Amino acid sequence: MADSQPDTPQSLYAAREPVFPKKVYGKFRNLKWVIMIVALGIYYVTPWIRWDRGPSLPDQAVLLDLAERRFFFFWIEIWPHEFYFVAGLLVMAGLGLFLFTSALGRVWCGYACPQTVWTDLFILVERWIEGDRNARLRLHRQKKLDVRKVRLRLTKWITWLLIAAATGGAWVFYFTDAPTLLVDLFTLNAHPIAYTTIAVLTGTTFFFGGFAREQICIYACPWPRIQAAMMDEDTLTVGYREWRGEPRKNSEAVKQGAEQGDCIDCMACVNVCPVGIDIRDGQQLECITCALCIDACDDIMEKIGKPRGLIDYMAFTDEVNERGGKAPKPIWKHIFRPRTILYTALWSLVGVGLVVALFIRSDIDMTVAPVRNPTFVTLSDGSIRNTYEVRLRNKHHEARRFNLAVTGDPAVRLQLEGTPYSSITVPADEMRLQRVYLIAPPGAEAARDERTDVRLWIEDTLNGERAYKDTVFNGKDN
Amino acid sequence: MAKKPIKKQDPDTTGHEWDGIQEYNNPLPRWWLWTFYACIVWALWYVIAYPAWPLINEATAGYKGWSTRANIAVELAEAEAANAEINARLASADLTAIADDAELQGYATSAGAAVYKTWCAQCHGSGAAGAKGYPNLQDDAWLWGGTIEDIHYTVAHGIRNEEDADARYSEMPAFGDILEPAQIEEVVNYVMSLSGDPQDASLVAAGETVFMDNCAACHGEQAQGDIYQGAPNLSDAIWLYGGDYETVKHTVVNARYGVMPPMGGAELSEAEIRAVALYVHQLGGGE
Repeated sequence: MADSQPDTPQSLYAAREPVFPKKVYGKFRNLKWVIMIVALGIYYVTPWIRWDRGPSLPDQAVLLDLAERRFFFFWIEIWPHEFYFVAGLLVMAGLGLFLFTSALGRVWCGYACPQTVWTDLFILVERWIEGDRNARLRLHRQKKLDVRKVRLRLTKWITWLLIAAATGGAWVFYFTDAPTLLVDLFTLNAHPIAYTTIAVLTGTTFFFGGFAREQICIYACPWPRIQAAMMDEDTLTVGYREWRGEPRKNSEAVKQGAEQGDCIDCMACVNVCPVGIDIRDGQQLECITCALCIDACDDIMEKIGKPRGLIDYMAFTDEVNERGGKAPKPIWKHIFRPRTILYTALWSLVGVGLVVALFIRSDIDMTVAPVRNPTFVTLSDGSIRNTYEVRLRNKHHEARRFNLAVTGDPAVRLQLEGTPYSSITVPADEMRLQRVYLIAPPGAEAARDERTDVRLWIEDTLNGERAYKDTVFNGKDN
Repeated sequence: MAKKPIKKQDPDTTGHEWDGIQEYNNPLPRWWLWTFYACIVWALWYVIAYPAWPLINEATAGYKGWSTRANIAVELAEAEAANAEINARLASADLTAIADDAELQGYATSAGAAVYKTWCAQCHGSGAAGAKGYPNLQDDAWLWGGTIEDIHYTVAHGIRNEEDADARYSEMPAFGDILEPAQIEEVVNYVMSLSGDPQDASLVAAGETVFMDNCAACHGEQAQGDIYQGAPNLSDAIWLYGGDYETVKHTVVNARYGVMPPMGGAELSEAEIRAVALYVHQLGGGE
């Protein structure tokens, strides 16, 4: 081992460097405000939208009814056996993230991630109460805990807590009737699970948005690492035109007489950064591509009469082109390329598939499970009987009467448990389990053959709508 | 990704160097270190609070006295309490009218399936298909009747047992001591012919006389059986012990004496007996 031990061993642990992002104006900041208002608006308002579905059904437009195992989304109603819709939406979400990441890099992190949106909101509150960057820095450095500091800190924390409680509170409204639950929550009549959920979400929102902030993105979230694998040389990321900016003002090179670049080392890009990095050091894993440094730098460039875009969205190929004195590729060429087109095609394919599945799904549904214990029963007259557990789902909002019939072997006849008739009523919005018997008379082929293919039919007695399921009849094989 | 336009100040190294390869020092966030310490503290509390250290017979109990066994007991008691009302309804309802009450029937069928699997499946099979000597409960042949009241009585009091004075009771004599071997051969041929199994015509004709003299009193003149005496129908396609010549002969010579324990009294509550009777009744054979 080489002897290169430094004189003072460095610590293996580092304290968190507090970040005090400065206020910034510009097009990306405005875009982020719009996204924040829309995203939070959707989140808080959605559970309160009403949607009339008739009596005995919830009138909440978006409702995840765990007790009844139904998912309501406006005019769509998903039953548990249609869970493939949820799987399909997850596939679409995955492909969508692939698409956006390969085209626009960590655009999810920078604009839409709840961690970013709520942190942005919490920083906004912090700025309203404690002032902009310099005021907050002063307050942070002030050792003495005077009345003003206590007042500011408490006001900030209480405001954060209220936002956090509203966030956790809104979450539970998605799972039960919102107006009823709101009253129950305040009259202490709500279920303990509701209070626990709100408490946990309030705590995590308060802590993640107020204190942990960029630490979540850097150390806790796996997505930044996964995204890095999806980017390529055409992916748009936030970068610094070092060949234009350097040597920056006050650098050693400038002091020794080199011609100064466009960067005046004003630190505006660093001061606005919510994750506390210097974008001029190059692309780094902490960067969530929120683009606020672009706004900050453009503002300075305008003031000093230099062209905008010293810090800009750019791809790796642009950098190579520009350094070589060539014009960068237009943005649309970065975005429309085989990879992104393939992602879009796959995404649309799944989407179209889901929409088609939604429209062709039947509102009667039958599953047939042959009873295998025993496979058949010999009756006293020598007939062979098979039993089937038939589940009928009536997705209409009124009771329906269904006829049952069997085809496949004319000798086999059908009988229902508990009724002499061959039709049963299924209540509205319910699943009914019915034992169905198929009987082959002694001597019939089906009674002797090991298996005979048969088809069970149901027919709505009113509108004639039909569905069937294929199954088998087991005979006494001897 | 993009090549670093500007070299950041060289990161610190740990000072370790092997063959010219240096190790960067990328310090761990200190709050992360604290989460490790917090986990250690939590673990210490956990081993004190919960069962943790294995001893010779059992683990340390922990000051919270937590035990899955106790939790299950509490949950069972809660479930029992939650079902108390519907069990009371089930126990007092008119037996024949329960089928019209969808809620009660649904509860009874589910509860009955659980009771069945605990108390009945050992002999009658988990699917109620029976076995040699243990009746199939899904078919339409009933030794002691297949109405809901009949099944309820059989479950509650059992068959040919000493524990319950009201048990269903009948006894077939062992005809090996009563009939001549030739008569036994004749009557076996006759009984087998009743189920449509062709036999020697002269033996069958002689067997009919033997049957009318010795068997018809219980099994009936058409051998259709008698549910009031538990005498099986001998003319149908179902054989409890088997329908081949040797088995039928064995039955005639030695008789059969199938028993069933009573489930009433100490074993099952009235609600449970009703539940399992309703469950069996809806398996396909109920009358």
